[in-house]
Amino acid sequence: MTLAFDSAGLGPGFADPVFDSQSVFRSVLNAVAYPGAIERLAHRPGAPEGLDPAMASVVLTLCDLDTPIWSDAALSSEAVSTYLRFHCGAPLVAAAADARFGLIGDAAAMPRLDAFAMGDERYPDRSTTLVVTVPSLTEGPQRQWSGPGILRRRTVAVAGLPDWFWADWALNQGLYPLGVDVLFACGDAVMGLPRGITVKE
Amino acid sequence: MYVAVKGGERAILNSHKLVAEERRGDPAVPELGLAQITEQFRLAVDRVMNEGSVYDPELAALALKQAQGDSIEAIFLLRAYRTTLPRIAVSRPIETAEMAVRRRVSAAYKDMPGGQVLGPTYDYTHRLLDFALAAEGETVPEAEQAASPLPETMLPVLDILSHEGLIEEEVADREGEPVFDVTRDPMSFPAGRDQRLQNLARGDEGFVLGLAYSTTRGYGGSHPFVGELRMGEVSVEIVPEELGFPIDIGDITVTECQMINQFKGSAEKPPQFTRGYGLSFGHCERKAMAMSLVDRALRCKELGEDALYPAQDDEFVLSHTDNVEAVGFVTHFKLPHYVDFQAELELVRKMRAEQARVEPQEAAE
Amino acid sequence: MTSGQTAGNGVGQTAQHGTKDRVEARRFWMSVLARAPREELEAVFAGLAACPEHRFLRPPEIGLVMVQGRAGGGGNAFNLGEMTVTRCALQFADGTVGLGYVQGRDRRRAEIAAILDALLQSPGTHPDLEQTVIAPLAAAQAARRDARSRKAASTKVEFFTMVRGDNPK
Repeated sequence: MTLAFDSAGLGPGFADPVFDSQSVFRSVLNAVAYPGAIERLAHRPGAPEGLDPAMASVVLTLCDLDTPIWSDAALSSEAVSTYLRFHCGAPLVAAAADARFGLIGDAAAMPRLDAFAMGDERYPDRSTTLVVTVPSLTEGPQRQWSGPGILRRRTVAVAGLPDWFWADWALNQGLYPLGVDVLFACGDAVMGLPRGITVKE
Repeated sequence: MYVAVKGGERAILNSHKLVAEERRGDPAVPELGLAQITEQFRLAVDRVMNEGSVYDPELAALALKQAQGDSIEAIFLLRAYRTTLPRIAVSRPIETAEMAVRRRVSAAYKDMPGGQVLGPTYDYTHRLLDFALAAEGETVPEAEQAASPLPETMLPVLDILSHEGLIEEEVADREGEPVFDVTRDPMSFPAGRDQRLQNLARGDEGFVLGLAYSTTRGYGGSHPFVGELRMGEVSVEIVPEELGFPIDIGDITVTECQMINQFKGSAEKPPQFTRGYGLSFGHCERKAMAMSLVDRALRCKELGEDALYPAQDDEFVLSHTDNVEAVGFVTHFKLPHYVDFQAELELVRKMRAEQARVEPQEAAE
Repeated sequence: MTSGQTAGNGVGQTAQHGTKDRVEARRFWMSVLARAPREELEAVFAGLAACPEHRFLRPPEIGLVMVQGRAGGGGNAFNLGEMTVTRCALQFADGTVGLGYVQGRDRRRAEIAAILDALLQSPGTHPDLEQTVIAPLAAAQAARRDARSRKAASTKVEFFTMVRGDNPK
C-alpha cells in the first residue's frame, strides 16, 4: 500500500546472502585477476525478467548504499529498478558519470566509455565499474588481450559489443591509472577487463 | 623493518588460555553477566559506544567484559566488530531540540523556560567513598517522581540569545550535499567542520579533554560558558530506499553541549557570541563539553582568528584524537624489531669506535 | 514524533489525503513496533489467531545505520557514529510486503515487527490489531517515557532569592 514501488513482482535475492555473496566476490576477484578467463558463478540469486543472472549476482555482491548505480534503458523497467533498490539499497542516478557502477543490459546501445567516471589523479579508484551483459563470451570476434594477469597473450571473443568499443578501450587504456573497468556478464559466468589490459585485433 | 619469524605459536595459544583464566578471576566469585555491565556500569558502556562509534549497549558490555574493563581495548574490539556489518542507511540528522530531556542545565541563564533539571549527575555528590555500596543485598534505591513530567520538548537555551541576534546563527546551508565520513573518506586538510566534529565525537576522551583544558589555560584564549548541556533520548529516523518516507527505528541516548564563547568581532562580523558544539552517544558529559571547546578552538580560521596553539591546529588535533590508531602505533614498538635494533647497535658501535679513534688524535694536537 | 495528519474535507483532495494518512498511520505503528521490547512483541504475537504464510524477501539481517547530528544542533549535518539495526522484509501470499526495522541485533524482533507490519496493512485485520497490539504497546512506551520524565522533573531546581528576613522555611 505505501511502498515506494510496486511490490507484486519483487522476489528474494540470494538464498544465503552472506555465503553466496562471498562466493561470488571470490569469483569476481578471480575474473579481475585473470582478465579474459571465464569465471563461472556458483550461486545465482532470484532475478527479475530482463536482468541477466550473472549481472544480478555481481550487483548483489558489490553494490550497496555507498555505490550509486546507473543503468541503461534496457534495465530501467520497474521490476529491475525495484529489485536494485530493494536488494542493494543503492541510489539510482540519472547521470552515468555520477555512478560507481554502470549496468548495461543492451551492449549494442551502450554509451561511449568517456560518459562514465574515469576517477581522478588522487583517487583513480573513484571511477565507474561497468557491468555489461553480452550474448556470449566465446562467439564474438577474436581479440588479443595482454597485460597484468595474462601470461603473454590471451585470445578472447566477447560478442555483442558496439563497433567503437575497442577503439574506445584503447583510449581508456591510455589513461591508465585512470579509466573504467569492465565486467562482462553472461548467464552464469563473468569475465573481467580491467583498465590495464591492452587489446589488439 | 619487520622480519617474519616462525615460532612462538604454542606460547601465544597458552597466553590466550592464561588471559582467559585471568579474565575470569577467582571461580568462586560469580561471573559477570552482560546485563550487569549494561545496567550497573552504564557510563563505562557509554564511553565504549561513543569512541567505538557504535551505539549498542550489549555489544559495548561484551567488549568491556572481554577486555577485563579496559576501555580502550573494548573500543578497539567494537571498532573491529563494526567492520563486519553492512551499512544499511544513513539517518536523518537527529533533532536534539526534540530530545526527551532527562538532564539539562545552563551556566549562562538561571531561569530559562523549562528550568534547570539536574537529572542523574555526580556533580553534587561529595565524592566520599560510599562503603554502604560495598555491602551487598542493599534495598533497591528508588528515585522520586514529580507529580507531572517535564515538557515534551525543551527550547534550546541558545535560541534565547539567537532571538536577540547576539550569537552567530547556525545555518544549515549544505542540505543534500555529501557529508564527510571518516570511515569512508581519507582525512584531508584543511578539514571541514563535518570532518572535525565526527573526528572529535569518536576521539579519545582523555586527549580531547586535555586539549580542551589547554584552550582555557592560555593556549587558546577561550572564555567559555556552558550555554546548555542536555542529556536524554532522541529518536532516529531513516528513509529506507524501498519506502521513500522516513520511519523511526528507535531511541538513542545522547549528550549535547552548546558552549558559548565571547568573540570580539572582526572586519566582517560585529562583536557577538560564537558557538562550540559537542555531541556524544550515551551520557558522556565530560566528553561532550571537551568536544565543544575543541570544536570552537578549531573554528579559529573561519572566524578570522590567528591559529597559534595546538588545539587550533586541525592537522595536529585530528591526526591524534583516535585512540585505536594511537594505541596501534605506540604499542607496536613492543613487537619484534630485532633486525632494526641489530642495525642500530652496529651503527652505535661504529660511531663509538670512530669517536675513540678521533678524540685521542685531537687531544694530542 | 508523527503528528496526526487530519484528513482534508475537500472531495477532490480525499485520495491524496488518504494516502498521506495511510503513510502517517504506518509510520506510527512502525515506530511503536521498533521500540517494543522482545517480550512484549512475543506476547502480542502469541496472541494472534494465526500467522499468515509468508516468504522472506530479506531474511532478518543485522546492519548499521550511520547516525547524523547537526553542528550546533541546527546547522549542517555531520556523522556522529553508527548504531546497530536489524531489518527484515517478508511477503504474504497476497503480495503484501511487511517491513521490520528495529534498533539492536535481535532478529526475532525484526521478524515479528515485519509480520505485524504486513498484517496492519490488510484492511481486514487492521482495526483489530490497532486496538489489540499497537495501542497497548504504545501505552506501555508512553508510560515508560512518563516515568523517566517525572523522575527527571523531581530534580528540577527551584531557586529562591536571598532577601533579608525572607529565608526559606
